[in-house]
Amino acid sequence: MTIPQHSEAPRKLVVVGHGMVGHRLVEALDSRDAERQWEVTVLAEEGRPAYDRVALSSCFDGADESALRLPEHDPERIDLRLGDPVRALDREADAVLTASGERVRYDALVLATGSRPFVPPLPGSTAPGCLVYRTLDDIDAIRTAAEESTTGRGVVVGGGLLGLEAANALRLLGLTTHVVEMAPHLMAVQLDEGGGALLGRMVGELDVALHTGTGTKQVVTDPETGAATGVELTDGTFLETDLVVFAAGVRPRDELAREAGLQVGERGGVVVDETCRSVTDPHVWAVGEVACVEGRTLGLVAPGYAMAETVADRLLGGEARFPGADTATQLKLLGVGVASFGDAHATTPGALEVVLNDPVAATYGKLVVSDDAKTLLGGILVGDTSGYPLLRPLVGSALPADPSALLAPQSEGGGATGAGVAGLPDAAQICSCHAVTKGELTEAITGQGCADVPALKSCTKAGTGCGSCVPALKQLLEAAGVEQSTALCEHFDHARAELFEIVAATGITTFSQLVAEHGRGRGCDVCKPAVAAILASRDSGTHILDGERGGLQDTNDRHLANMQRNGTYSVVPRVPGGEITPARLIVLGEVARDFGLYTKITGGQRIDLLGARLEELPAIWRRLTDAGFESGHAYGKAVRTVKSCVGSTWCRYGVQDSVGLAIELELRYRGLRAPHKLKAGVSGCARECAEARSKDFGIIATEQGWNLYVGGNGGFTPRHAELLASDLDHDTLVRTIDRFLMFYIRTADRLQRTAAWLENLEGGLDHLRAVIMDDSLGICAELDAAMERHVADYRDEWRGVLEDPEKLARFTSFVNAPGTPDPAISFAVEREQPVPVPGPVSLGMPEVPAAEGARAR
Amino acid sequence: MSTPARKSRKVTAMTTMTPASAAPVDPADSTADWSAVCPLDVLPVEHGRAALLPDGSAVALFRLHTGEVYAVGNLDPFSGAPVICHGIVGDRDGVPVVTGPLGKEVFELATGRCLDDETARLPVHDVRLTGRVIEVSARRNTVETLVG
Repeated sequence: MTIPQHSEAPRKLVVVGHGMVGHRLVEALDSRDAERQWEVTVLAEEGRPAYDRVALSSCFDGADESALRLPEHDPERIDLRLGDPVRALDREADAVLTASGERVRYDALVLATGSRPFVPPLPGSTAPGCLVYRTLDDIDAIRTAAEESTTGRGVVVGGGLLGLEAANALRLLGLTTHVVEMAPHLMAVQLDEGGGALLGRMVGELDVALHTGTGTKQVVTDPETGAATGVELTDGTFLETDLVVFAAGVRPRDELAREAGLQVGERGGVVVDETCRSVTDPHVWAVGEVACVEGRTLGLVAPGYAMAETVADRLLGGEARFPGADTATQLKLLGVGVASFGDAHATTPGALEVVLNDPVAATYGKLVVSDDAKTLLGGILVGDTSGYPLLRPLVGSALPADPSALLAPQSEGGGATGAGVAGLPDAAQICSCHAVTKGELTEAITGQGCADVPALKSCTKAGTGCGSCVPALKQLLEAAGVEQSTALCEHFDHARAELFEIVAATGITTFSQLVAEHGRGRGCDVCKPAVAAILASRDSGTHILDGERGGLQDTNDRHLANMQRNGTYSVVPRVPGGEITPARLIVLGEVARDFGLYTKITGGQRIDLLGARLEELPAIWRRLTDAGFESGHAYGKAVRTVKSCVGSTWCRYGVQDSVGLAIELELRYRGLRAPHKLKAGVSGCARECAEARSKDFGIIATEQGWNLYVGGNGGFTPRHAELLASDLDHDTLVRTIDRFLMFYIRTADRLQRTAAWLENLEGGLDHLRAVIMDDSLGICAELDAAMERHVADYRDEWRGVLEDPEKLARFTSFVNAPGTPDPAISFAVEREQPVPVPGPVSLGMPEVPAAEGARAR
Repeated sequence: MSTPARKSRKVTAMTTMTPASAAPVDPADSTADWSAVCPLDVLPVEHGRAALLPDGSAVALFRLHTGEVYAVGNLDPFSGAPVICHGIVGDRDGVPVVTGPLGKEVFELATGRCLDDETARLPVHDVRLTGRVIEVSARRNTVETLVG
């Protein structure tokens, strides 16, 4: 059968299953089906739309369900019916029957039903307390069982990929965790004995007890309740437990296909051809784990995605073929990097294995090469997997260097020695999540002018999946001659972090000296504020308007107030933690009234007074400082607010004093200058009313202490903060935040928020954790000392201005008429408050040239 | 600071740039209306200040580290706000510039030319020192006079 093109009426596509692969199919089809050839109905069993099943265990590591959700389909175009699974296929009539009794006709049917966990038929294996690990519902069941567990111990049957994920979940739930694996080592499918042994050792260090080379004999149950009370292993070991998770493999959910007479494979799965179309019925396709392609089913998401793309293309009349299963995997299991690709087990006749096993550094690497040692066939990496993005695309190609050199510890830049991505053939796949080849990336760089990683990401989607290929993208840009300049501006060849180190090493305290000795020219609006901030970060004792520093400051810092569109300023006093006495609140109201200021509550739990003229600022601040207010640094690349909920003091749900902690932190870090603004939040319980996870650092109370999240962002690119550490006591929490902030200040780029900084940090969250919690760089003492200096040297900046006539002199309208209000500033009234006159102010003066052009900008 | 401040902008330079406007301008400029605005020493180096002129308009004054003093119109042509004096002073390829504090557009101090938008320009005023006092010319070289 051929699929007719551009038929008049749209044809009906029915997709059975809304897992990751079903979701991808719908997205791929919808994004390409510009002419609306297909009307799509998705029939799903689960009550939830598709979510990232691969990241399930992150649910136990601070992520909530919404973080796992995959992008929503356009409801206008995709008819997504949740909780209504298909019960039968009627191939005669080209229709499916759903559980709710509906009959849905199709022109094409795609089975994306996935697979089910395999529970071995052992005595007791279906007893209460025996669970599986596949869906969010399973996760909920495991969580409940863990909370109710009386043994405090959980046993995972299966030491493969899924089993270790499940083990991590149990561990994060606070259970003593055991893993039982029949094979002699963990992850027997992906790893060899050496790699498996290292993984086992590293997992063992996390207090996960391993029982390898032994099977599970039975689940022992309580004769009265029938619930699980323990697991007996074939080696005679008995483990007392009331929670058993079976993660011993999956089986394709091909029952619909079987009953409808479609051919299924020997070990299950709908048999499909290289276009993923059923060999029995040309109207039926199968993708993902339920498809039996090349004689086997595949339990990984990447080949599933490839199938989805193939079918989407075929449905639109394309010629795509399933490219063959790439079973390469790179993942982190219990914090241990594991990668396996190509012929990892050296099954190719004559294959040679080159192994680098370093138990001290806890890394294991193996490359499998052809008998002439010229072609890479596959490999295994455990511990350090940074070579994976470069090695995997080399499979089947000539080795660019000696195999042992390729396995050698990574060079500083993060690229495998000698194995530059530049040496790869154009057909080599760089991004396996989105199947982007080197050739496509090169075309994006040279043909479409992508000049940096973000441009490449949005143009090709490469690097937007697991992100492991981002280093390779950087190398491709470099190889293409795209200069990845880190120079701050035309006056300095250095990046901000390098300038910070120069200032730290030389002790230079002025911009003039720095630009004379390490730069050129007289600076500009880019380098001057950046250097001013570096100087201020290192020396909180010197006022930011002292001497020549005043002239370095950007628009807002220059007058310690935020310049508004009409040239007036806003005033935001600090209200630590958002807690304010009625008396102080009245002072704010009185000041606003007396100076005729527009008043608004900010998002950071304080009060913004807008419309102050430059020459009014000192008088306003004299009133405010007299009442005990300090600068709120709303104008600075500095710590802004630490937002809080009312916490355990008042709230029925609060478990810790979030207000007290927020005030303490805000006072500790007030005035700290940084590469960009810093916002924080403290929530008194998991309900998270302070929205702490949208902050640069957010703290959420637990029964045991505090969870610390970092790198969150609202604004232009929202991002949830990631869990850095759990259940910290007060002192450890403060010390960790101290170091986080100082490490950020030291290494971030100009105007780089913590979210972007963390995303670009080599090694990401793990590296950050290593640096500031395990002191892997040996700099923690420096970071601590820097923060102690800041805390000791802090002085209110506005008080500093009021006490210094020279600084005060700059807060005047005109050098020759200090008290005269600028006649170019005027106000309108809106809802009883003063506001700027809308639009560019037209003053009828001839010296406002090209106003039309200006407005058009 | 012993180096005398010099005029920010010479009429001859203007006539070279825009011959069309040369005719009505008297190069001797003897009729220019000068206003004394402030002593040089109250103007911080590379830190602008505004000064009010007798006609009610304002100039942004900038004193560079070389001793040169420039005066340009204080109104930002993009926002209409009187804020040019609060811009950061620096250089582009060695040419002295100020950056508008609201929209970050860059203007040449000597010519008022906007490097980011050729249709926008700041008016420039001549500057001279009498004793240690800065005097600013009322003459504003606007886009209108420059392009006719």
